Amino acid sequence: MMERLNRSEKIFKVFSYTMIIIFALLALYPVLYAFSVSISGKVAYESGQIVLLPKAVTFQAYDMVLHNKGFWIAYTNTLFYTVLGTAWSMVISITGAYALQKTKLMFRRQWNFLLVFTMWFSAGMIPLYLNYKTMHVDNRWGMIIAFGVQAYNIILLRNYFSSIPKEIEEAAIMDGANEFQMLGKVYIPMSTASIATVTLFYAISRWNGYYWSRMLLANPYEQPLQVYLRQLIENYQKLYDESPVNLAYSADSLAYAIIICSIIPVLVIYPYIQKYFAKGVNMGGVKG
Amino acid sequence: MGAEEFKMREPQTKKIWKAVSKDWRLYVLLLPMVIWFVLWAYKPMGGLLIAFKRFDPQFGIWGSEFKGIDNFINLVSGVNKVEFWQAFRNTFIISAYSLIFGFPVPIILALLFAEIGNDTVRKLTQTATYLPHFLSEVTITGIALMLVYSGVRSTGIIASVLQHIGLIDPGVSIMQKSNYFRPLYIMVGIWKESGYNSIVYFAAIMGISPTLYEALKVDGGNKFQEIRFITFPGMAPTLIIMIIMRIGSMLTIGYERVLLLYNANIYVTADVLSTFEQRIGILSGNYGIGAAVSLFNSLIAFALVIGANTISRNISETSLW
Repeated sequence: MMERLNRSEKIFKVFSYTMIIIFALLALYPVLYAFSVSISGKVAYESGQIVLLPKAVTFQAYDMVLHNKGFWIAYTNTLFYTVLGTAWSMVISITGAYALQKTKLMFRRQWNFLLVFTMWFSAGMIPLYLNYKTMHVDNRWGMIIAFGVQAYNIILLRNYFSSIPKEIEEAAIMDGANEFQMLGKVYIPMSTASIATVTLFYAISRWNGYYWSRMLLANPYEQPLQVYLRQLIENYQKLYDESPVNLAYSADSLAYAIIICSIIPVLVIYPYIQKYFAKGVNMGGVKG
Repeated sequence: MGAEEFKMREPQTKKIWKAVSKDWRLYVLLLPMVIWFVLWAYKPMGGLLIAFKRFDPQFGIWGSEFKGIDNFINLVSGVNKVEFWQAFRNTFIISAYSLIFGFPVPIILALLFAEIGNDTVRKLTQTATYLPHFLSEVTITGIALMLVYSGVRSTGIIASVLQHIGLIDPGVSIMQKSNYFRPLYIMVGIWKESGYNSIVYFAAIMGISPTLYEALKVDGGNKFQEIRFITFPGMAPTLIIMIIMRIGSMLTIGYERVLLLYNANIYVTADVLSTFEQRIGILSGNYGIGAAVSLFNSLIAFALVIGANTISRNISETSLW
């Protein structure tokens, strides 16, 4: 059936398409601009010629970033924190979410309350800091173990698990499945989309994590990419000035090149995972 | 009385023990999560005690000298009072501005997305507007700081636009001027979260029955009446919950973003409770006073969440829990 539009609807359609494209371009602009400057020549940039597209293209800023030892150390560290940290968070979240939705769990309401309460009331920065210090988590393994589990994500998984039809579970019990087998062979295979969503949430927050790494990790060989990136953003002019030769690109190009390198993994996986997260946000509804 | 109670209790404990040993695997699965939250969320709450103590690392949380409410008195009327009240005021002002300017944007986006009939255009524009949400605060603030930077060697594009239209003088760095911090903070927030926040509103609009729109059309209603009488009422529950959640989380405004954007010259407009807490507690080592700010912050935040939820439950029959 062809949709017949009246006049106000037509105007609104044209207006909507125009506005939404403007919004989308505005959202992307800073990133596109950063990329353009990162591959533009020094003179073109410093005389203010770069508005959107690059000029006097050179990839030398990337060359300098990729030959920087500190950058690779930080990059490898972040990979380590992201992969192991996400796995750790997922194990705790999946097992916990599974147990919390079982009606036969003793004190189920109380356990759920203890979880949800952490979303309303936090000890606050100073007590958390002192706790991390006394528990000695200021090292590689501490960063993985003591961080990253989020009540909200557990609730997302719990809600999804509890929507799995009970008949399927009863059938598995008839076949003699115990709780471990039930989780591994029934619940997890039936929830791949939700698990993918939560894995993604965790991975992104691990990749982007900054504050506690900065506050706790003193050893530069353990610092993640975001901490390193911030230090460079604060000191890039110094790094630039230390170069023995005259460079064809500006100091800002160097800073933007580092920023672009740090977001490439997110940009690469982002289009593939997009279908999952929109689903994930709505899966939990707005309920906590 | 005691004997009777004892009789009642014993089988109860036995029953629990029996159920637990029968389903022990279930409790094995529950255990890691419980331990994690006890160690990293509940145990630190005990640390809030130092808000009432003169914390000495040598004696720890329990051994330090008890000082009653000295730390709180110090905050509201002692040497730190100017900074404390400044941070307190800024926290509410920045939250209020973020709410006023930031809240409508995702709603507008969702209304626009709902109008886009072409799937490809909608998916592409959604992909573009959600993207900044997935970039780190360090990245987002790093780009923002460079765009507004104006110095000897380079001028960021936003700074140069502002200079062209005469809003700022050449060579003046926005980040050293206190009156530019709040607009910058709010713009960064809008850029990062609007697209992503539009997801819930978009879902709400999609949930409205199409027959309502058809009925209005038959009656000769135009697009604006459609939005006014169908779309807005249809998304009202979501709107109410979101606005209440925002008010509930007012005090927990992104301190990471403030921390990454501000500097010592603009504390007067930029310093918020969390950043003040970090400076006085962690950086200066006044843990007791810092913990007093933590407790203050956490209690108000808690009260706001509970209050917001109660209001929500009463006016819209929708509650967060």
